[in-house]
Amino acid sequence: MAEGTQQHPLKIYFYVWTLLFVVSALSYWVDWYGFQSYTRWGLILFFMLLKAGFICAIFMHMWWERLPIIAAILAPCFAILVFVFIMWHESYWTLVIRKIYFAITGS
Amino acid sequence: MESNQNVEIVVPAKQSFATEWASDQKAFKGVPWGKAMMWIFLVSDTFIFSIFLISYMTVRFSTKAEWPNPSEVFGLHVGDYNVPLLLIAIMTFILITSSGTMALAVKYGYEKNRKMCGYLMLATAIFGASFVGMQAFEWTKLIMEGVRPWENPFGAPQFGAIFFMITGFHGTHVTIGVIFLFIMTRKVFRGDFDTGRRGFFTSQKSHYEAIEIMGLYWHFVDLVWVFIFAFFYLW
Repeated sequence: MAEGTQQHPLKIYFYVWTLLFVVSALSYWVDWYGFQSYTRWGLILFFMLLKAGFICAIFMHMWWERLPIIAAILAPCFAILVFVFIMWHESYWTLVIRKIYFAITGS
Repeated sequence: MESNQNVEIVVPAKQSFATEWASDQKAFKGVPWGKAMMWIFLVSDTFIFSIFLISYMTVRFSTKAEWPNPSEVFGLHVGDYNVPLLLIAIMTFILITSSGTMALAVKYGYEKNRKMCGYLMLATAIFGASFVGMQAFEWTKLIMEGVRPWENPFGAPQFGAIFFMITGFHGTHVTIGVIFLFIMTRKVFRGDFDTGRRGFFTSQKSHYEAIEIMGLYWHFVDLVWVFIFAFFYLW
């Protein structure tokens, strides 16, 4: 619990720091190696979430915070996922309309 | 209708959660107000960056033209080789390094180790400044190649608008962070947090908590870059 102070062993910071370097290198490697399609997207998302999780949990000390504040921070973020879902569908709809329009007008 | 006499009342696993949120005094007990407010600000900032990234997704999915390949657009020529995303990779590593020094600065701050905290804060600020410098270089390079918010030589015209908007907004955050890091470094070295000297604007007593709050902001900037790196540069 974070009662005004945060005292953690030095080791955990160096451990996470190294881990972040390795994961960053791996996500760069995804592009270097030239993975495509679902393998690429899956790996990018996996490494991204891993990095974001470690930064949030250890560097930002969220792991040691009280549950009420963790919930207050993370719960609103689910609204973002809903918005992503909505706009994902919206964008395909726009694309279909555009394709039809360009086909009819011949532009 | 069945009797509900035997229905068990489920007690929340974390009772403190329910009682604290239902509290009529204050939520987030024991969390310094500055820290709680910084977290709330960061949640709102998360929304802003999410909206940028969502609009990027919408634009990229709905455009008929081919989206420029970021791997080539952001590649650098080193000798005879064209290294993909080289500058972006360096920027990513620099930001992670600065996040590490910041985390250590927070740790030494709470240990009241003035010198270590100050030097680590200074290192963080310098790493941050070099990040902004590299971003300026990247912008210059792309502008020279003819990338504009409304057109570019590589593909879909929306690419420029999205690029300048997202990286520009992130760069602004880094710049503001660097400015505050330098200010806080000065305060650390002057010993404000040991003597509890009152702040210039707030007249509040200085406390090493401020370093952690600064750290939250700085880690958030790194966090946003993780998402930009994944969605804009790698996708």
